Amino acid sequence: MMFTKYIFFFLSILALYSALMVLMSRKPIHSVLYLTLTFFAIAGHYVLLNAQFLAVVHVIVYAGAIMVLFLFTVMLLNLNKEEVSPKPVWIKIVVIIAGGTLMIVMIGIFRGYDVALKEDPFLTQIGLVKNLGRVLYKDYLLPFELSSILFLTAMVGAVLLGKKEQI
Amino acid sequence: MNSINASLQFVPISYYLFFCTVLFCIGVTGVLIKRNALLILMSVELMINSINLLLAAFSTYLNDPAGQIFVFFIMVVAAAEVAIGLAIIVVIYRTTHSIDIDILNKLKW
Repeated sequence: MMFTKYIFFFLSILALYSALMVLMSRKPIHSVLYLTLTFFAIAGHYVLLNAQFLAVVHVIVYAGAIMVLFLFTVMLLNLNKEEVSPKPVWIKIVVIIAGGTLMIVMIGIFRGYDVALKEDPFLTQIGLVKNLGRVLYKDYLLPFELSSILFLTAMVGAVLLGKKEQI
Repeated sequence: MNSINASLQFVPISYYLFFCTVLFCIGVTGVLIKRNALLILMSVELMINSINLLLAAFSTYLNDPAGQIFVFFIMVVAAAEVAIGLAIIVVIYRTTHSIDIDILNKLKW
């Protein structure tokens, strides 16, 4: 019975540890690799939530496409060196205090919150491709088509920005 | 399948809330603490991911597919954002030979 909780805690600790290592590792390429690990842990969370479609899309889009873009940029521009002028220590301390305060306040808000479950959450079938696709193509068809236009625009913009000669 | 699912039960939604809050705050701290534009973009990705996971969790717990559709669209926008952002970083690197954001203060004053 405790199986899910163990998986949940394992994935959470993995994700949080690698998210912290994204910030703490000195070289950008290590940060990119730790971020990939975080994304895989989050994909595990999606599987745990019975959202298979999102898990697969997450792995393809984030771990596949976005992290390859990041790695490509780091390696192509030879950016893999430490920060030339890191921020002074007192700014880091202030930032960590600010982030910690935000975290404490938000956890204080969310403490004790619970939803009234209609049924067992891990038995729902809404995350399956069949059901999600039906909703996507029936109720959300226009946003879906608009997102393809957004992609086309982003692609044209990226190509235009990446061109060598002056625009 | 049913027996497997029956043993997969009862992670309270507040656990997801706490986990996603901590992940989001790590992202916020990263945006504030780093000077490297690439790492700032990566911290933004962390924040987007924590929000995505929370949306999917609530969608599952409330048995409403709209949350997962919304996660899908957020992923679309995040992918477009990363493509444009990295293109801008490449252009910045070409003009200033650095991606330190403190150099880019010409529009600030």
